[in-house]
Amino acid sequence: MELAFWTYEGPTHMGALRVATAMRGVHCLLHAPQGDGYADLLFTMIERRPARPPVSYTSFQQRDLGRGTADLIKDAARAAYERFRPEVLLVGESCTAELLQDQAGALVRSLGLPVPVLPLDLPSWSRKETWGASETFHRLVRALLKPRAPAPGTPRPNRAPGQCPRANLLGPIALGFRCRDDITAVSRLLAAIGVKVQVTAPLGARPADLLRLPEADFNICLYPEIAESTCVWLERTFRQPWVRTVPIGVGATRDFLAEVGRVAEDEAVAEAAARLAARVDVYAVPAASTARSLEGEGLEAGLYLPRLPWYSHSVDATYLTGKRVFIFGDATHAIAAARIVDQELGMTLVGLGTYLREQARPVREAARHHGLEALISDDYLEVEVRIAEAHPELVLGTQMERHIAKRLGIPCAVISAPAHVQDFPARYAPQMGFEGADVIFDAWIGPLMMGLEEHLLSMFRGDFEFGEVSPAVAEGPPAGNAAASLAASLPEMALPGVAGHSATIRPEAVGEPLNEPVWDPQAENELKKIPFFVRGKARRNTERFARERGLATITLETLYDAKAHFGR
Amino acid sequence: MESPESRKFPGTGSFPIACEPGQRQAFCGLAGIVWLHRKMQDAFFLVVGSRTCAHMLQSAAGVMIFAAPRFATAILEERDLAGLADANAELDRVVGRLLARRPDIATLFLVGSCPTEVIKLDLHKAAERLNQALQGQASPPVPGAPALVGTGAPGGTRVVAYSGSGLETTFTQGEDHCLEALVPALPILPPGQRSLLVVGTLADVVEDQFQRLFDELGIGPIHFFPPRRSAVFPPLGEGTRVLLAQPFLGRTARALEARGGRLLDAPFPIGIAGTWRWFGAAAQAWGLAEDRVAAVLAKPVERAQQALARYRPQLAGKRIAFFPDSQLEAPIARFLHQECGMAILEVGVPYFDRRLMAGEIDLLGKKGRVMGGAPSAQPRPWSPSPPPPAARGEPLSPPLAAPAAPSFALIEGGDVDRQLDAVRTLRPDLTVCGLGLANPLEAEGLTTKWSIELVFSPIQGFEQAADLAELFARPLLRRDRLGV
Repeated sequence: MELAFWTYEGPTHMGALRVATAMRGVHCLLHAPQGDGYADLLFTMIERRPARPPVSYTSFQQRDLGRGTADLIKDAARAAYERFRPEVLLVGESCTAELLQDQAGALVRSLGLPVPVLPLDLPSWSRKETWGASETFHRLVRALLKPRAPAPGTPRPNRAPGQCPRANLLGPIALGFRCRDDITAVSRLLAAIGVKVQVTAPLGARPADLLRLPEADFNICLYPEIAESTCVWLERTFRQPWVRTVPIGVGATRDFLAEVGRVAEDEAVAEAAARLAARVDVYAVPAASTARSLEGEGLEAGLYLPRLPWYSHSVDATYLTGKRVFIFGDATHAIAAARIVDQELGMTLVGLGTYLREQARPVREAARHHGLEALISDDYLEVEVRIAEAHPELVLGTQMERHIAKRLGIPCAVISAPAHVQDFPARYAPQMGFEGADVIFDAWIGPLMMGLEEHLLSMFRGDFEFGEVSPAVAEGPPAGNAAASLAASLPEMALPGVAGHSATIRPEAVGEPLNEPVWDPQAENELKKIPFFVRGKARRNTERFARERGLATITLETLYDAKAHFGR
Repeated sequence: MESPESRKFPGTGSFPIACEPGQRQAFCGLAGIVWLHRKMQDAFFLVVGSRTCAHMLQSAAGVMIFAAPRFATAILEERDLAGLADANAELDRVVGRLLARRPDIATLFLVGSCPTEVIKLDLHKAAERLNQALQGQASPPVPGAPALVGTGAPGGTRVVAYSGSGLETTFTQGEDHCLEALVPALPILPPGQRSLLVVGTLADVVEDQFQRLFDELGIGPIHFFPPRRSAVFPPLGEGTRVLLAQPFLGRTARALEARGGRLLDAPFPIGIAGTWRWFGAAAQAWGLAEDRVAAVLAKPVERAQQALARYRPQLAGKRIAFFPDSQLEAPIARFLHQECGMAILEVGVPYFDRRLMAGEIDLLGKKGRVMGGAPSAQPRPWSPSPPPPAARGEPLSPPLAAPAAPSFALIEGGDVDRQLDAVRTLRPDLTVCGLGLANPLEAEGLTTKWSIELVFSPIQGFEQAADLAELFARPLLRRDRLGV
């Protein structure tokens, strides 16, 4: 039994519904008690889908259990078929139905409906939502394509001469993070190097489209947690190679282009990919070319050149250097974010983790690469404590980390599902490709105060008109109700760019008063001489230094000892 | 599929009530935790269930995770399902961990779910065991389990079990099961004393308004149930008169009656007429003269009529249909029809409790006497409605004239697909439905009102009558305004 205040993932059948909802022509019959229909509102409210998800519930109640639910299941299956006329009918069971062992799948199959019936095996007591989505997609692809599998050892037929390489985009589903826009961004990117998208699935695909998957030359696994098992199966069965690099960030997109060039086995594509990748190298192109990319050169030709590299090189971005960033999310976005933070924004990674145990390995590897130990946990209380301990200046996470960061008074951007309604924006806002890289630059830097802004604030600090607290601070995140357990581990936090003592915030004191070291007047005075945009950090670090050494008073000596200690 | 079984209830006049099988689109009783935990702020709700329960609760609670949650789920895992003894030990361990974190909890609710019901995990027994352990503090309740702490609350922590399972409860019925479970804990009202017990969660602001009016009327002492602090329970006995503030508390009412409470017949305090009769029922029980009551209620009634007049033109003549959701459908339909002049097309209710709804049916069925009818000269025990504004020299606005007798159907249960077809055919001006259906219907060009807001907003009483009307006027207004 696990005590959960909040869960990153829903039950397995929620994953199945995310696949069914993403597709067309698929309907899901879910054997589930009254109340499990709440799942609908996630699609219609959070993602603002204008149609109900394609699911019928058996809605069994206590009185149905006495007389057996077989007729209920059969009636519901017939009614769902008659009403929705799906091309494939999925049959799943929610957690309660699984306990009843009603064999809903077998019952529906026995009806002889004139449509393929695919029973799903969704062990709700041991697995979770993302696994359910991956499994549902995999089963659906396997069920439809297995009869068409060539004999083992049959070589892949050669592409007709003159035909451009074709790829499937696999993994986007309903309620995924920016899936809709990623498909557009990646399709445009592929078009720019001469690769055609054969099928995108599950999002927007019909079962008939899945039958065309083997016609593509290779697969692109956009979201490994959803599509990896399907890509592996397609490779084994149809000898389709697959692209593993997820194109999130400028560097990853360049690697992606290179990998597509290799996997497509097409010289023209490989050349075009290399040419495009070279054009986004800010050191390799003359200034005039950078200027042209800023003006949107190539857009008419379907070519998008990212501004991130130049923006990151511009002096305004200097203030990003070394900013401490904590990343937590699904594996795809967390791993990609780590690379962007480190190499493309020049910030410092102080935490990396995922709630997906199935994806622990690649996240652990990525964390090791950055000299960290990965946090693999689906207990948000643990995540909250770890974030507080790491003293980040920016948190990149899910909806839950948004709440955590708000409580701690740290800027935050959401980078991964589970996300809330505000992370399904009206505008085109991909994460993938060069377009996505620019969206990311804006979205992650936005919550921070800009360099020039910080600089001006510092210049006018002494002005009597200015006051100690800037408007940006006045609007800053309020100190929320910190959980009791958290307060003990939480030192005073400073907002970035916050001027002096008045604007530092303390989490609501819960429980025992903290044993805080006291500043002596001389040290306090000296602290005021430190430029205010680093003063909050200096104060925090000094107090931490004093606390760790059990010092009751912070003297001038302590201040400079701490400076030396943290300045390493 | 079998055809809906129609039946007529005595006294329901022209209201056929059909009971319809089929797919439901409503929350289970666990959703009640979302408002119950706000009402009883020293209580904690621990659902014992599955990941689905936890996911449902956080989805229904939406933005409420901004606050430190006073609810959580003990998620059963495969190994818990293997053997019951194991599940009990695990539960004690989880409760121990929770109470260590939150020693200030006065009442810990163990909330049963569909899975606990199917595996027959007896939470009532578990509550008993935990109570003994918490009071005794002698030894861990189950060998191997950690000792429990949790006496941080004055008077210690009380553990109470109830079921919010979707197998037994629909949405607001969760509150019914919760309050029913608390009834045995109510202290005894000494014989010879009397009190009025107002039952059903109300917003604090509404409670305070009601308290003031009861004080002015000289009715009392008044107790509200559930109380704001779960450590302080109202007394109950032969002298208790029970007035239901919410229409979904059938089991609680029976439990209160079994301990001597007497249920007062009244409609629910929705709209001016409903609130008038609701206070009237209490006043009658206290033997107050009608003119005295009318004098006390005159001011709020007048204010409500004034405030409501603003929305009546926006709502009058508009056609409305209700999907089954919270049990508030019938009283709200009655209000919208009689006081706002709306035409009611179809009212779905999750279930029809004919006893609790008797006052509503009574109000609905006797059209001519409700709102706008001249005050009767005949001596009657109690007027069904406050005197209309005309009686006090104000102009009688047209919609106040009695609307045509309603001829809609009440549908119990309801097949969501059939109901969707119905609203697609009827094309109501406004459709009241749950969150899962609202956007899809909007996308089909139907204007909707989320029913969940009706549960979370203060809508009862005179001062809120216009607020309630505004909730229905807003989507219509918005639809008119949008030029895209």
